[in-house]
Amino acid sequence: MKKQFGRQLAAAAVVVAAGMGQAAAQTATIAVGAPVTSLDPHYHQLSPNNAVADTIFDRLVNTDVQSRAIPGLATEWRVIEPTVWEFRLRPNVRFQNGNAFTADDVAFTLARLPNVPNSPSSFAVYSRPLTRVEIIDPLTIRFHTAAPYPLLPLDMTNVRIVDKETAENATTADFNEVRAAVGTGPYRVVSHRNGDRIEFERFDGHWGERPAFQRINYRMITNDAARTAALLAGDVDLIDQVPTSDLTNLRRDQRVRLAEQVGLRLIFLGLDHQRAENENSPFVTDNDGRPLGRNPLRDVRVRQALSMAIDRRAIVDRIMEGAAVPANQFLPQGVFGNVPDLPAIPFDPDGARRLLAEAGYPQGFRIQLNGPNDRYINDARIIQAIGQMWTRIGVRTAVEAQPWTTFIGRAGRVEYSAFLIGWGSNPDGSHPLRNIMATFNRDRGWGASNRGRYSNPQVDGLLEQSLAEMDEPKRERLIIESMRIAMQDVGVVPLHIQTNVWATRRGFDYAASVDESTLPQRLRPAAR
Amino acid sequence: MTVYLVRRLIQALFVVLAMSVIVFVGVFAIGDPVEILISPDADQIERERAVQALGLDLPLWQQYLVFLGNALQGDLGRSFVFNEPALKLILQRMPATLELAFGAMFLSILIGLPLGLYAGLRPNAPASKAIMAGSILGFSLPTFWVGLMLIMVFAVQLGWLPSTGRGDTGTLFGLHWSFLTVDGLAHMAMPALNLALFKISLVIRLTRAGVRETMLMDYVKFARAKGLSPARVTFVHVFKNILIPVVTVVGLELGSTIAFSVVTESVFAWPGMGKLIIDSINVLDRPVIVAYLMIIVLMFITINLIVDLTYSMLDPRVRLETKGT
Repeated sequence: MKKQFGRQLAAAAVVVAAGMGQAAAQTATIAVGAPVTSLDPHYHQLSPNNAVADTIFDRLVNTDVQSRAIPGLATEWRVIEPTVWEFRLRPNVRFQNGNAFTADDVAFTLARLPNVPNSPSSFAVYSRPLTRVEIIDPLTIRFHTAAPYPLLPLDMTNVRIVDKETAENATTADFNEVRAAVGTGPYRVVSHRNGDRIEFERFDGHWGERPAFQRINYRMITNDAARTAALLAGDVDLIDQVPTSDLTNLRRDQRVRLAEQVGLRLIFLGLDHQRAENENSPFVTDNDGRPLGRNPLRDVRVRQALSMAIDRRAIVDRIMEGAAVPANQFLPQGVFGNVPDLPAIPFDPDGARRLLAEAGYPQGFRIQLNGPNDRYINDARIIQAIGQMWTRIGVRTAVEAQPWTTFIGRAGRVEYSAFLIGWGSNPDGSHPLRNIMATFNRDRGWGASNRGRYSNPQVDGLLEQSLAEMDEPKRERLIIESMRIAMQDVGVVPLHIQTNVWATRRGFDYAASVDESTLPQRLRPAAR
Repeated sequence: MTVYLVRRLIQALFVVLAMSVIVFVGVFAIGDPVEILISPDADQIERERAVQALGLDLPLWQQYLVFLGNALQGDLGRSFVFNEPALKLILQRMPATLELAFGAMFLSILIGLPLGLYAGLRPNAPASKAIMAGSILGFSLPTFWVGLMLIMVFAVQLGWLPSTGRGDTGTLFGLHWSFLTVDGLAHMAMPALNLALFKISLVIRLTRAGVRETMLMDYVKFARAKGLSPARVTFVHVFKNILIPVVTVVGLELGSTIAFSVVTESVFAWPGMGKLIIDSINVLDRPVIVAYLMIIVLMFITINLIVDLTYSMLDPRVRLETKGT
């Protein structure tokens, strides 16, 4: 009798233990470094907000961890005429409130994009090329554009589809208070506390792959050291934006696993192309501090010299602790628009000095290098290092790092001669070309982030052709040519492409991605 | 008394007004919020639209007048980032900060007063010397470092306390409070202690100095000569008289703890007002910055008022009516 009781007890203990194991495996806690400011997927075009939106909502075209386009709420899309795209929608998809997903929801979403009040950065850029949205049947929709528009599927990877019935009269506040945050995505929101945490529950009616965890605690811990400490203390299971200063220790730590992936964010130097050859650039003087009377940065030899003087390997190894790769262009290998045969930029101080002498500056000149100190990983330390490298070839460099809030305004007004900045590309070469390398032009919407005002008609011409080219291989060739010219002309000085780093506790696996989004559905228990 | 109160309130109004002008001009001088908030993808047309949507296309003085007009109707503007009324955002975060500040003040009195009293009564005891040496550490160690050390020791190494965040909350008056749940209290312990450390040292030193000074007073000598028990001398005659400076300082410290616990809140990811204001400054979210500072000004004025009123209760010689003249 006693023995039997003991056995029952043991059996009960096993059951309880198994249950606990399962309960533990059903909840995961994630800490992200950048605060999510809204659950409205169309209020603010901001990466942390977009990551949360991709958890709750779906897009017509989703992206995988390599940022490749994959079918989302659309199963296929094709060009009917050069100015008409047709998207076939996925059947039997339901929103988290039970409503069926149809073409009406897509049309409503696109109409909502430009009409979100007070948006500090709206999604209207993605609906502006569309002249008409035509619903053929509940599962077929056509987009008409004024001119051939090959980038439409790429644009659709930025548009999260909302439920028409729920969102029709909803304000951003309704989304933030969870009522209106209803999508078709893998998780639904249970509760949201602005700037602090979001609680998700798995949506079991989701059409796609079922995520591993039933419940997700999505917390925002902006302090780097505190985020790492929370992981080491076991309070959270996954953190993003792992500080580079912790990488060496974490790589050795048995309790932690790192997930790394080279991303799409290039850190580069912009140079002043706005001032003509016979004008003074604001922060360039001769060696005695007098105005130079010309802008040396307009001479391609000078730009090459400045680029060759930089020891990218040293920056990557010593400042970035290996969490970056040296770059010679915007996009890493394998991404649409990468120039495959572009040679790596050599580190060659002697060659740089020769080029300077050829350009008429055998004694060099003085320059000030500006940059932010709170925006990109180790930004201030990188410009300090470059300052020394430039000084070594005779370009005596003063370095000034400022908070992003002051820096970016002045950079936007083209007040600097040389400055460090970053760019997170979409996985398509036209994106950096159009925004950074193309001539600044308000009417075309080109070069909006071209803060050095680089301008090259050849680059512009090839880009223009590519933007009207509906044949993908041809389009890629045009983009590659345009990018090759811009890079050989040293329109900007590429430094490195950052590696995205996540860290999990042992027992968890995170699928590191090319994009910087931290998505709950990418977290799984580790395979044993 | 009434005259005094009215005069104080009018003063407050002017300070608030001056504050709003300074913040307006200051944020304008730092930079352009649109440059910071706008997606890098946005083209020039989108940038212009955003400038207009946020009302930044008007000249600064017009922006200020619009703000003033709305403020008079109780609307302090909408946050650029959250698209919610700035006042609502701040009030949402206020309970978290308040309970942390009061927790810290409670700790500082609970620990600081007895230690200071002891150190004052037995200035030469080794324990007193240890207390005074310890209080120097409390003064001089930087808050963020102590915070991180607390996390490393109690959360990472020992695993006794949760490292960051606010934990479970209970509801009281329709607001969320951590001190109502055990988990919440566990989350509160380290940030409250971290905030309190400086104040504990302050209270120790003030109390000790006060006790040392008062013990030499004639009335204390007289009380002793009369044969009163040492406990009565200490807790009635000495204690009452050292409270005035302690109340003043703790009151002012409470104000600055509520207003500027930025470091502790960000190290412990405590979702209070301090974290809100630093995040808002980073993105130049002007409506929130202005509203926050205006609330803080009002709060300081109120606290000072309460401190003055407490004085008059503790020390009948202080007369409020005559003080202003």
